[in-house]
Amino acid sequence: MEYIILISGFLLVLIGLWGILSQKNLIKIILGFTVFNTGINIVMVTVGYVKGKTAPILDVISPEEALTSIVDPVPQALVLTAIVIGLGVTALMLVYALKLYQDKKTLDINNFKDLKW
Amino acid sequence: MIKKLLIVGLLAGVAFMFYGLLISYNGTETLTGLGSYYAQNGAREVGAANLVSSIVVTYRGLDTLGEVTILFLAAAIIGFVLKLKKDEVLEARPVRETSELLTSASQVIVPVIFLVGVYIFINGHLTPGGGFQGGAVIASGVLLMLLANPTMHISHNIVATIESISGIAFVAIGILGIVLAGGFLDNRLLPLGEFGTLLSAGAIPLIYIFIGLKVGAELSNIIGTISYNQNEKPN
Repeated sequence: MEYIILISGFLLVLIGLWGILSQKNLIKIILGFTVFNTGINIVMVTVGYVKGKTAPILDVISPEEALTSIVDPVPQALVLTAIVIGLGVTALMLVYALKLYQDKKTLDINNFKDLKW
Repeated sequence: MIKKLLIVGLLAGVAFMFYGLLISYNGTETLTGLGSYYAQNGAREVGAANLVSSIVVTYRGLDTLGEVTILFLAAAIIGFVLKLKKDEVLEARPVRETSELLTSASQVIVPVIFLVGVYIFINGHLTPGGGFQGGAVIASGVLLMLLANPTMHISHNIVATIESISGIAFVAIGILGIVLAGGFLDNRLLPLGEFGTLLSAGAIPLIYIFIGLKVGAELSNIIGTISYNQNEKPN
């Protein structure tokens, strides 16, 4: 089971990277970044998985048996942070794209050559 | 053509790297050191049923403060980048009429969305949820309101007031932790209460309420700024 999730996480990273590298539209490039981000998050959560254990929420299981019945909560807390930061970065990228569009009336990355060498 | 080949080559290289990671992964049977410490002592020391919340808010509370700061910075930069110049006037944006379905439904659904958001961040220490998730749900309600009424203007003053008050309150609780308990953002300044009930886990519910309000206000602010500045510059 964890292999399926791990493979789909890696696949999402590859799809995101492909989108970033090959797309011409700025919005699609930003979408590539978010797909990349999602893939990394899935991989991180999967790495914290412990075989056959349940979520780190002690509502049914008592605190005494927590050690033997939950998955690792640390990567999950890390991913929670990563998702929020990813949201902030995505919003910033979208605003820059909006600003570029207002300036040049185009979203095609080929029309932005100011920094090209 | 060369570009495409380069892209394919790079993707193949990354895929090869991932393949190496994948075959060397064979799952774990037990918790690692840090995880087992939190599993053993988290419930006793922090008193939150959701161990992820106890890590995010108490054990690594300083990181969460930094995270909130990053989100605030992103919102501030967005406001700065999209700021209009003094003499700049926005043309009236051509607004497509919203459908009856959307306007009527949003009046029913938006209060429910807000309620769900508040529920999520108040119960952050008991259920899978918390301030960030609840705040995002609240902002999605604001987004629905904007979709139903595109000319609606989100009052910057109200949003900024909610945001600053909750931000200051978050830091104040953290400093109170130094005075009344073991250190910065220690949740034991309030009694831990009975494990698994709403009024438990010390200051965690309080901190999550402020984080939820702050994140909701920040994301609403971002949505409102973008929506207000979508108009094209008059040439």
